Amino acid sequence: MAFHDLPIQKKLMRASLLISGMVLFVTCTTFFTYEFFKSRQEVKEKLETLGKIISANSTAALAFDNPTDAGEILSALKLEPHIESACLYNKEGILFAHYPDSVHLTSFPAKPAAEGYFFSQSFLDGFQPIVLGDKRLGTLYIKSDLTDIYDRFRLYFLITAGVIAVSFLLAYLLSVILQKNISVPVLALVETAKAISEHKDYSVRARKYNKDEVGLLIDAFNEMLVKIQEQNKTLSEFNTTLEQKVKTRTSELEIANKELESFSYSVSHDLRAPVRAINGFAAILERSHSGQLDKEGKEFLHTILREAGRMGHLIDDLLAFARLGKKEVQKTMVDMTTLAKETVDEFLKLNNENYTAKINVKTLAPALCDAVLVRQVFVNLISNALKFSHNKSDALVEIGSLEEGGVVSYYVKDNGVGFDMRYYNKLFGVFQRLHSYEEFNGTGIGLAIVHRIVTRHGGHVRAEGKINEGAVFYFSLSSLTPVNH
Amino acid sequence: MNSNPLEIILVEDNYSDAELALRALKEANVTNRIVHLKDGAEALDYIFGTGDGSNRKAVNTIGLILLDLKMPKVNGIEVLQRLKADEITRNIPVAVFTSSSEDPDVKECYRLNVNSYIIKPLDFIQLGHTIRNTGLYWLMINHLPDK
Repeated sequence: MAFHDLPIQKKLMRASLLISGMVLFVTCTTFFTYEFFKSRQEVKEKLETLGKIISANSTAALAFDNPTDAGEILSALKLEPHIESACLYNKEGILFAHYPDSVHLTSFPAKPAAEGYFFSQSFLDGFQPIVLGDKRLGTLYIKSDLTDIYDRFRLYFLITAGVIAVSFLLAYLLSVILQKNISVPVLALVETAKAISEHKDYSVRARKYNKDEVGLLIDAFNEMLVKIQEQNKTLSEFNTTLEQKVKTRTSELEIANKELESFSYSVSHDLRAPVRAINGFAAILERSHSGQLDKEGKEFLHTILREAGRMGHLIDDLLAFARLGKKEVQKTMVDMTTLAKETVDEFLKLNNENYTAKINVKTLAPALCDAVLVRQVFVNLISNALKFSHNKSDALVEIGSLEEGGVVSYYVKDNGVGFDMRYYNKLFGVFQRLHSYEEFNGTGIGLAIVHRIVTRHGGHVRAEGKINEGAVFYFSLSSLTPVNH
Repeated sequence: MNSNPLEIILVEDNYSDAELALRALKEANVTNRIVHLKDGAEALDYIFGTGDGSNRKAVNTIGLILLDLKMPKVNGIEVLQRLKADEITRNIPVAVFTSSSEDPDVKECYRLNVNSYIIKPLDFIQLGHTIRNTGLYWLMINHLPDK
C-alpha cells in the first residue's frame, strides 16, 4: 500500500520512526567520522613522538657506528606492543639495525624514503630523519599495526548500534503514545461519521479530546450535525404539511372530478331529453300540422327546429370538450402528412356541403403524439378554414409545418374572412365566437378543443389573422424536436 | 313490414321520448304490438311476473326490448342484468336506447351482453330512421335460436 493510502495511525508511526531514524543516522555518522579521523590523527602523532624519541636516543649509536647499541635502543620498543617493526639506516642509507630480530631484513624498505608517516590498508609507517645539530646521521623507519584503532572503531560501532537500537525503541514507544494524541480523536471522528452515514442518525455527536485543529474540526463537524438535524426537522415538517396538503387537494380534486362526472352525466341525459322533445314535436308539427299555420307561424316553427338543433350541437360539443379532460394522451410516432391528408378526405366525404376551396397539404414533419386527438385538431382547424373561406371564389386552404428554434409547428392557413387581432384573447375560449351565428354557424367550442388537445400534448397554439385576408393557426405538439425516421 | 306476432317492448320513463318513439314506430309502419312500460320496475314485473313468478310472461312472444338507461326505481342497467342473467330471457334482443354516450355506460352494457347500444338522435327524422332500422334488423333480418 502506498504511504498516502495508509491508515493515519500507521502513517504517524512511520513518519516519527523515519524522522528519529534519520536524525540518529546523521548524528552517529557524524560522530563516527569525527572519531575516525581524530583517532588516526592521534595514532599518527603518537608514532611521530615515539619516532622522535628513538631518533634522539640513537644519535650516539649512529655517530659512533655502533649497531649493537642501536639494536638495544630499538628493542626498547617492546614496551609498545603495537609497533610491528622498526629499523635504522646510516647516513649512506644502508640498513644499520632492526627490531625485532625475528623479522627478515628483506621485509624492510631497502632504502629510506621521504620523511613523514602514511597510512596504508592495515598499518601506519614512516621515516624519521636522525639529525644532530645540522648534521644528518641517518634515518629511522618505524611501522605500527592498527589493531588499536580498529578495536576502538569496533567499540564505537557497537555503542552506536546500541544507541540506535535503544533510541529506536524509545522513539517507537513514544510515538505509540504520542500518535494516539492525534489519531484517536481523528479515528473517533471517522467512526462517528461512519455510524451516521450507516444509520442516518444525526443526533450522534463526535467526542472532542483536545483543543487543537482536530478539536476545531470536531466542533465544526458537530455544528454541522446540529444544522443538518434542524434542516431535517424543517424538511420533515414541510413534507408532512405538503403530504397533508396533497391529500386534502387530492380528495378535493376527486370530489370535484366526481361532481363534474355526475354533472356531465346529467347534462348528457337530462339536458338532451327536452331538446329532443322540442325538436321532435316541432318536427311532427311541421310535417303533420303545417297546413293549420300561416307563413309567419311556419317561420317560427322553423326557427324552433333550427335553435333546438343548435342546442343539441352545443351539448354534444360541450360533452366532447369535457371528455377530453379525462382521456389519456397516448403518444406514438405519427406520419403527420398522411394524417392530415386522411383527415381532409374524410372531412370532405362526411360534409357533403359544397366546398369549393382548394386544399393543399404539404409534406409535414412527423410528430410524437396521440393520433386520435391530433386528428380532431386537424378536423376543427380545417372545418374552420373551409367555413370562413366559403364565401371566397378563390378560396385556398394550406396545411404545412415549419421549424423554429428546434420546435416544429404545424399550421392551417386560409384566405377567408380572417379575424380582428384585437379579439385574439377570446379566440380559444369555450363558447367564444368572433362571428354571429347567422354569419357562420358553429358552437364556439372547436378552437377550445384544439387548445386543450395541444396543451395536453405539452405544445402551444397561436393564430394570426387579418380581416378579409385570412387566418393562420399554428400548433406545436411538444417543446422537443421529434426524431426523424 | 308484414304483420308480426312478436311484440316490441319500449321501456321509457320520459313521456316525450316515449311519445316520439311510438310515433316514429307508427310512422315506420311497424305492425308489431308495442308495449310501453314506464320504468324498470314495470318492465321486470311485466317480464318476470310478480312475487312467486307464477304470472310470468311467455317470453317467446317478445321480439325486441328497447331499453332506456336512466329511469326511476329500477334503471336500465339493472333490467339488462336481470334479463341476461336469466336462462329464459337471455336470448331476447335488448337494444339500449339512451341519450347517454358516456363511456362507462357503454362499457357496462356490453359487459352485461347487450345486443345493441343506440344513442337517441336529436333529430326526429333521424329518430324515425333509427327506430325503423333497429326494428327491421332484430325482427326481420336477425335469426335467433329456437326457444
